[in-house]
Amino acid sequence: MNLHYLTIGQARRLLADREVSSVELTKSMLERISATEDKVHAFVTVTADEALQQAEAADRRLASGETTPLTGIPVQIKDNICTRGISTTCSSKMLQNFVPPYDATVVDKLNAAGMVMVGKGNMDEFAMGSSNEHSAFFTTCNPWDLTRVPGGSSGGPAVGVACGEAVYSLGSDTGGSIRQPAGFCGVVGLKPTYGRVSRYGLVAFASSLDQIGPLTREVTDAALVMNAIAGHDPRDSTSAGYPVPDYTASLVPDIKGMRLGVPREYFVEGMQDGVRRAIQDAIAKLEELGASVDWEVSLPHTRHALAAYYIIAPSEAMANLARYDGVKYGFSADGEDIWDAMERTRGLGFGPEVKRRIILGTYALSAGYYDAYYLKALKVRTLIRQEFEEAFQRYDALITPTSPTVPFKIGERVNDPLQMYLSDVCTLPINIAGIPGLSVPAGFADGLPVGMQILGKPFAEETLFRIGHAYQQATAWHERKPDI
Amino acid sequence: MKLSREQVMTIAALCRMKLSEEEVERFRDQLSAVLESFEVLQECDTENVPPTAYPIPLRNVTREDRAAPSFSQSDILANAPRQEDGSFRVKAVLEGEGN
Repeated sequence: MNLHYLTIGQARRLLADREVSSVELTKSMLERISATEDKVHAFVTVTADEALQQAEAADRRLASGETTPLTGIPVQIKDNICTRGISTTCSSKMLQNFVPPYDATVVDKLNAAGMVMVGKGNMDEFAMGSSNEHSAFFTTCNPWDLTRVPGGSSGGPAVGVACGEAVYSLGSDTGGSIRQPAGFCGVVGLKPTYGRVSRYGLVAFASSLDQIGPLTREVTDAALVMNAIAGHDPRDSTSAGYPVPDYTASLVPDIKGMRLGVPREYFVEGMQDGVRRAIQDAIAKLEELGASVDWEVSLPHTRHALAAYYIIAPSEAMANLARYDGVKYGFSADGEDIWDAMERTRGLGFGPEVKRRIILGTYALSAGYYDAYYLKALKVRTLIRQEFEEAFQRYDALITPTSPTVPFKIGERVNDPLQMYLSDVCTLPINIAGIPGLSVPAGFADGLPVGMQILGKPFAEETLFRIGHAYQQATAWHERKPDI
Repeated sequence: MKLSREQVMTIAALCRMKLSEEEVERFRDQLSAVLESFEVLQECDTENVPPTAYPIPLRNVTREDRAAPSFSQSDILANAPRQEDGSFRVKAVLEGEGN
């Protein structure tokens, strides 16, 4: 039996029926990692020994009957989520040797659920990037075409799931970093509502935009992971106090009468024809399943989101990354005096994209520019948020492409930041508004995966799951596997 | 308008980040293009629009202050590049006190 492409649901049944042990499942996953890693490079660290210990503990739990839906199931975790005793690098030279003294809340929760962590996923440095080319270590490759990018910044977590190196993974999403790579790799990715999942232990990039979420093969699995990781956390004062529903209850494959809107601004200039066709077909499928679709929705402020984002995110990043001074942890360079040492530490420890964003954020916040850039962007943020609020009075969900293109070639955009930033044009308005977004595999263009993005109002993850699940029940795109 | 060399150097000094000559030139070009793309925001009428700092409404969040175990000194120092006698070791901060 081929174990590495199991869904959480399938693995759970095999484990419950004692047809497979967690140790067997984990060994099979580690073998798959050995067989594919030299091609895809999805992991910064593979934690084979720890994984087998966790699998043994999970098997004891399974034998005692004290289990959860995630007990004994192998997961990959993005390398900006702190894991006690296991290096957490953010794919940066700055944190290459950093070993956290504590677990992130999501890691605590998955540990309590009996997870088996097979390793830490590669990413763009400090989650800044859309292609994984900004990892300070190596570039993760797209398993559908190894000459192409997997998307980013959660490229490792998307590839890990896409080629069977993990059953599911956790990523983080600040402007599309879960959804865009999920779309590029043909897997499911959820950016939950801001505040739905605790950010405690997630290395901060942009605190008002960052959110942790799952990458999985099926929508059903994303609901199972959300059941385990969502909820209020006293250690994250921005986490929401709303009760967490049982997300699996929303997995009813019935969307009859649901009102869906298609905002035309997301079918941007420069969008590839194959992507457009795939998304139009996917929306037509939702219509066929009984949803009513308004194809003529307009969200005019969409065109302002990119600029607002690239002011707000770097400004927050500039403040968050001020902590890397070479004193308490992380890379440290020597210098003539304390200030010279600090400047050299930051100059040598950060890669080019991180430096660009710190410079950009410092500029936007500096005296004389604060009102023109930062404050202006925060006001435009209000307009974007209001526009979504109004749309959700008329529609249960909005449907868009996840990205205007299929995965691009490695090297194609890396020296042109503005082109790279445009990769996130369909995903970053969602972080600005704080609403949830789900990317679901919705076909192929030129043999490469296309993602459909489903958007809902704050805390309407259940609506997104219901639509995504109904779509996956009626289609088989998510069952296709890369030839690797 | 292209950023001047001096502007990039001033910003780099503000965020305490040493840049090479080559980086300064590269960032001048790249960041000028990015800043130019921000012009689109001028289309938006934001008169009387309040800023949004956080996407969900938050008031001051408070909690009860309770004593609880913290990290041990050795845990916290374990990642320190330089340490001495249970402290982080840094170079002298004030001039003339370099001992």
